[in-house]
Amino acid sequence: MNTAEPLVMGIESSCDETGVGIVRGTELLTNTVSSSMAEHVRFGGVIPEIASRAHLEAFVPAVRAALAEADVTLEQIDAIAVTSGPGLAGALMVGVAAAKALAVATGKPLYAINHLVAHVGVGLLDGTDELPDHLGALLVSGGHTEILAVHDIVGDVRLLGATIDDAAGEAYDKVARLLGLAYPGGPAIDAAATNGDPEAFRFPRGLTAGKYMGSADNPGPHRYDLSFSGLKTAVARVVEAFEAAGTPVPVADVAASFQESVVDVISRKTVLACTEHGITTLLMGGGVAANSRLRELVTARCAEHGIRVVVPPLSLCTDNGAMVAALGSRLVSSGVAPTGLSFTADPGLPVTTVSVPAGT
Amino acid sequence: MLSLDSASIASVALSRDGEVLRETATTDTRSHAEALAPAVHELLAAEGLTGRSLDAVLVGTGPGPFTGLRAGLVTARTLGFAWGLPVHGLCSLDAAAHRAAPLLTEQGATEFAVVTDARRKELYWRAYTVCTDDDGVRAVPASAPRVGPAEDVPAVASVGPGTGLYPDRLARAVPGTMDLHPTAADLARAAWALTSRGKTLSTDTAPLYLRDSDAKVPASVKRTPA
Ligand SMILES: [Zn+2]
Repeated sequence: MNTAEPLVMGIESSCDETGVGIVRGTELLTNTVSSSMAEHVRFGGVIPEIASRAHLEAFVPAVRAALAEADVTLEQIDAIAVTSGPGLAGALMVGVAAAKALAVATGKPLYAINHLVAHVGVGLLDGTDELPDHLGALLVSGGHTEILAVHDIVGDVRLLGATIDDAAGEAYDKVARLLGLAYPGGPAIDAAATNGDPEAFRFPRGLTAGKYMGSADNPGPHRYDLSFSGLKTAVARVVEAFEAAGTPVPVADVAASFQESVVDVISRKTVLACTEHGITTLLMGGGVAANSRLRELVTARCAEHGIRVVVPPLSLCTDNGAMVAALGSRLVSSGVAPTGLSFTADPGLPVTTVSVPAGT
Repeated sequence: MLSLDSASIASVALSRDGEVLRETATTDTRSHAEALAPAVHELLAAEGLTGRSLDAVLVGTGPGPFTGLRAGLVTARTLGFAWGLPVHGLCSLDAAAHRAAPLLTEQGATEFAVVTDARRKELYWRAYTVCTDDDGVRAVPASAPRVGPAEDVPAVASVGPGTGLYPDRLARAVPGTMDLHPTAADLARAAWALTSRGKTLSTDTAPLYLRDSDAKVPASVKRTPA
């Protein structure tokens, strides 16, 4: 096997995207994504069973398309990497079963890898071989919201903070429904907020009270954690009040104020986590990284503290197979042993497990 | 031919002309994704074969619990793609029916049903007619595969795991057939019963979910989220 620049196929099925990516070393050859998002629109959120059904139908066509686009054959692939968690159990299971079948059919080594760390793996695809030192990551999507410290992407990744209830993207979806806006909620609210006043309503900032925050020396239980369920309830009350009074809901103002609460608390806590953990470069990932106001505020507040912000292209921020391949490639070139065939999908895989060790 | 079935237990079999060379089955009905590909790997190694020595892949298309069913289907389709082999699909219940047919003939039954657990107090079932010709006894499907309460199963002899669940609600549950799960080995034999009689196998491997995804479109926007 070429371990300096391995040819790696990455498979992603943790939510509603069936992704197959192929990289050679740090070079991206293809990033094939088939999404079932359109099938979830009428439900206003991802329905796990519908996503799982779509993965089954999309998988072989996605592999076929990826190989064609990268102009390589299965025999030429050096290793296969697959998301084994965290994510939706039934959705993960399709990708894991398929990846195992590919590994058995080709005899190639198989790596079971962590979806969250894979989001950071995208940073390996920008042509430079090394990730910056003192790297952190802010991952915001419909499925997860985390702040990570990345000391060594193949072996030492720590979770600094995470949402304790809804993912930020989920909160956007639910509030979009309350406001009669489209799914997915992120782009819909971002657009509606453009003409709104972000200070029209003062919505709560979750987990910012002193008892949760503590101090740098004596951190509280949720210093870098996030919560969006109280915010969602507060928005619902405001909407109800307007409807009870028979006056039209000021959608733009509510959307802008809701968005301001989300991005304010995320950016504040991220900057706090970065400064207190010596993080000097922050990589943003997840579909909500595309949100214009979130990018703007995170970038501005990070700049005030000398933190550089890296936002990959949107196609690499949303869930995809290329990020899985990128992390797989780095695992191969770092000499990490493959996982083999005996692992299981793990919907709650902790971020500290970058790749599942063999024999587990 | 390599056969896989994951509609009930997960099983894998290698066969030549309907004769099963080697088979493995899990007793655990919840470890499909984990068990299938490694089982294929071990089975081929034990027979000293590779994927290139195979002619076709056969997979049970259900009905069965969705997650396990998908694991079997995606495994079969992916193996077929990687090895460049045709992938055939056969209703999983046909495997159990094939095994049960001689037993039912002994009992003088000409019509019967295979019943398996569909959870939610329902059964998956399919009705069959016993046919005897020069090549032996076989089960010919007499209905489409269905899902429903035990009372919906026709008033014929019933065999399969479902008989242990609702024996009193079935017209005639044949005792001692509770362990008659669909298996890959019986699936291979059922397929041979067709091809040896000049019939071709279907390349349709669409899963027999028989139920929709149960997702409900929100009737009205819920104003105060819990
Ligand atoms: Zn993600």
